[in-house]
Amino acid sequence: MSSKKYDLAITGGRVIDPVLGFEKEASILIKDGLIAGVEAETAALRRTLKSLDPDQIIDATGKLVTPGLIDMHVHLREPGNEGAETIKSGCEAAAAGGFTSVCCMPNTRPRIDSQEAVKFVQDRAQNASARVYVAGAITKHIDGQELAEIGDLVKMGAIAITDDGHYVQNPEIMRRALQYARMFDIPVMQHSEDAFLCEGGVMNESAQSARLGLKGRPTAAEEIAVLRDIALCRITGSRLHVQHITTRRAIDAVRAAKREGIRVTAEACPHHFVLTDDEIGKEFNTNLKVNPPIRTKDDRNAVIEGLIDGAIDCIASDHAPHSAEDKDCEFDQAPSGMIGLETTLGLVKTYLIDKGYLGWADAIRKMTADPARIFGLPGGRLSIGSPADITIIDPDKKWKVKAENFRSKSRNSPFIGWTLTGKVYRTILGGRVVYEG
Amino acid sequence: MSRLSSRHLLGLEGVPKDDIVAILDAAETFREVLDREIKKLPTLRGLTVLNLFYEASTRTRISFELAEKRLSADTISFTKASSSVSKGESLRDTVQNIEAMKIDMVVVRHASSGVPYYLTKCMDANIINAGDGTHEHPTQALLDMFTIRRKYGKLDGLRVVLIGDVMHSRVIRSNVWGLKTMGVSVALCGPSTLIPYGVEMFDCDVYTNIDEALDGADVVNVMRIQLERQKAGLFPSQREYTALFGINKDRLKRLNRNYTIMHPGPMNRGVEISTDVADGDQSVILEQVTNGVAIRMAVLYLLSGRKEEA
Ligand SMILES: [Zn+2]
Ligand SMILES: [Zn+2]
Repeated sequence: MSSKKYDLAITGGRVIDPVLGFEKEASILIKDGLIAGVEAETAALRRTLKSLDPDQIIDATGKLVTPGLIDMHVHLREPGNEGAETIKSGCEAAAAGGFTSVCCMPNTRPRIDSQEAVKFVQDRAQNASARVYVAGAITKHIDGQELAEIGDLVKMGAIAITDDGHYVQNPEIMRRALQYARMFDIPVMQHSEDAFLCEGGVMNESAQSARLGLKGRPTAAEEIAVLRDIALCRITGSRLHVQHITTRRAIDAVRAAKREGIRVTAEACPHHFVLTDDEIGKEFNTNLKVNPPIRTKDDRNAVIEGLIDGAIDCIASDHAPHSAEDKDCEFDQAPSGMIGLETTLGLVKTYLIDKGYLGWADAIRKMTADPARIFGLPGGRLSIGSPADITIIDPDKKWKVKAENFRSKSRNSPFIGWTLTGKVYRTILGGRVVYEG
Repeated sequence: MSRLSSRHLLGLEGVPKDDIVAILDAAETFREVLDREIKKLPTLRGLTVLNLFYEASTRTRISFELAEKRLSADTISFTKASSSVSKGESLRDTVQNIEAMKIDMVVVRHASSGVPYYLTKCMDANIINAGDGTHEHPTQALLDMFTIRRKYGKLDGLRVVLIGDVMHSRVIRSNVWGLKTMGVSVALCGPSTLIPYGVEMFDCDVYTNIDEALDGADVVNVMRIQLERQKAGLFPSQREYTALFGINKDRLKRLNRNYTIMHPGPMNRGVEISTDVADGDQSVILEQVTNGVAIRMAVLYLLSGRKEEA
């Protein structure tokens, strides 16, 4: 027991709690890693605070104080590709990006398709600078053939299942996955792209792929995949979470399914609401090679519309680290994916908030409360008694994305050199400051 | 110092008309040299050219090597078979190693679209694209344009039909950009499964009916059909391809008498082109091959920035 009344006080900031619909100047008091009080900011409080004498006071004047951000789609690469990222380095990147919780994808080597693999990640994440939740595999070895031992995975703590990187192509297997997952009330996350239509494709199928002579991945591949899974959800009553949605018609399908009452949710990635496939242009920049690919302006606009009207529930980075050596090659040979944990917040501020598409409260909700609700996580709000996972944001700070500043072990970001607005000031995990901007 | 607006030739998209005209004009001079008794010039003496062929292509490689030798350049050749690629060395390491031995220009052929551009980021040499994946093959298109210009004395106002695998043909892409820059009306024709989504970006007339495509054509440029495409199920059979898209005497009846038949080779005789057409009076197929050396000499010379001493 600490002799002080509080361990930490965050004063003077504009506190946003999207669950409580709360946005005003307030102080937050933290004790034993938990939120002990949220008090409207007054001169009296400031006087009292002094007398309460907390160990540490963070002056958040001019800053936003929000629940710790949650990213439900990251690749931490451990085990198997520790050169690109480790659980530790990935969590440092998360903290630097303002994320206190991440959910890691199971397409590691070996796959996270067993209790031992889930346990391995949990052990490695013990003292990391972010909470790591695990999504287990849908099928054994992520080969789309046989269901993984989903009950075992859930028992060990997996909060969802996905074969991310691969689409469960066989509809009967996917139907069983949905039915089976329903027993545990976990969402089935799906990387939605028909594999036959995408075979060999390295970018969006568009005027740009015609021009560059690169094999395209058609938007229909995503649309078909999403529509099929919605149809399966309709007959199973299960929960589907569409990962990194990118196309207008797939988003329309999710919107319509929600209206119908089907339990489907969706996430979008910053690169899909910021970039268009024009950018691949003559440079053949392999950092722009991602799955699903960066699409046209119309699809990008549809992603933004979906974020505005709620067809898309949350924002996730799909942080996909690859070593410089792996990305430094022919475009068609390069692995897919870009890192995202450390640029997401700046991209959200610069390309969604500053452009007037989302207010801060909505943007924060899509990175806190909504993912927490969908995946049944404890965070996402600033209620008293909950873990003191808090992100303090300097909302108007302009900063340049620099390769050398990344905490991630990888540098595969097309945003290097870009100037963004909105930067993490402090990230607090369980009452402990894990990042100082 | 290049005499063109760029020090590399990566493709014809975006290459200004002045550059194309400069290459075609220089090629005229070199074409004359090829008809002389002594076919050699000292122009590139002391320069070393690397022929980097990651994808087999006897014709293009020989054409470039000959052009280099005619200009007295030192040449070295690297082909995938003799490389350490199988040992897992990256493209960057391979080219940087060779460049460390001091080379000035690189002629690159590679199965991946975009590799010539990538090489400009890996090395200092002037890069010439000799065909990258399904992207571009600029010297082939330049020699096609050169051949047409020699025959008609102009390019502007002509109508060229490109027939074949529009989706995968780098020759067609380079032709489209070059011809359009030069004021040529361009028509594309092929089976609809081999016309890429997004073809509108080329801003050409697109046909799946060959007889319609041929209407009013001055030049018919027939592309080699790759048999792998049939194995991949992109068209049902070679027989049907020939029936629908094969160029034969009958199909050409409707053209005016001064039409021209071209083919970048190697030909599948009896598949995309009949032998009587390939060897007929209107065919300039062998002329294209000769012109290819002159075009490559012109490109090497202009990119080197050396003074002509012909
Ligand atoms: Zn994915
Ligand atoms: Zn992913």
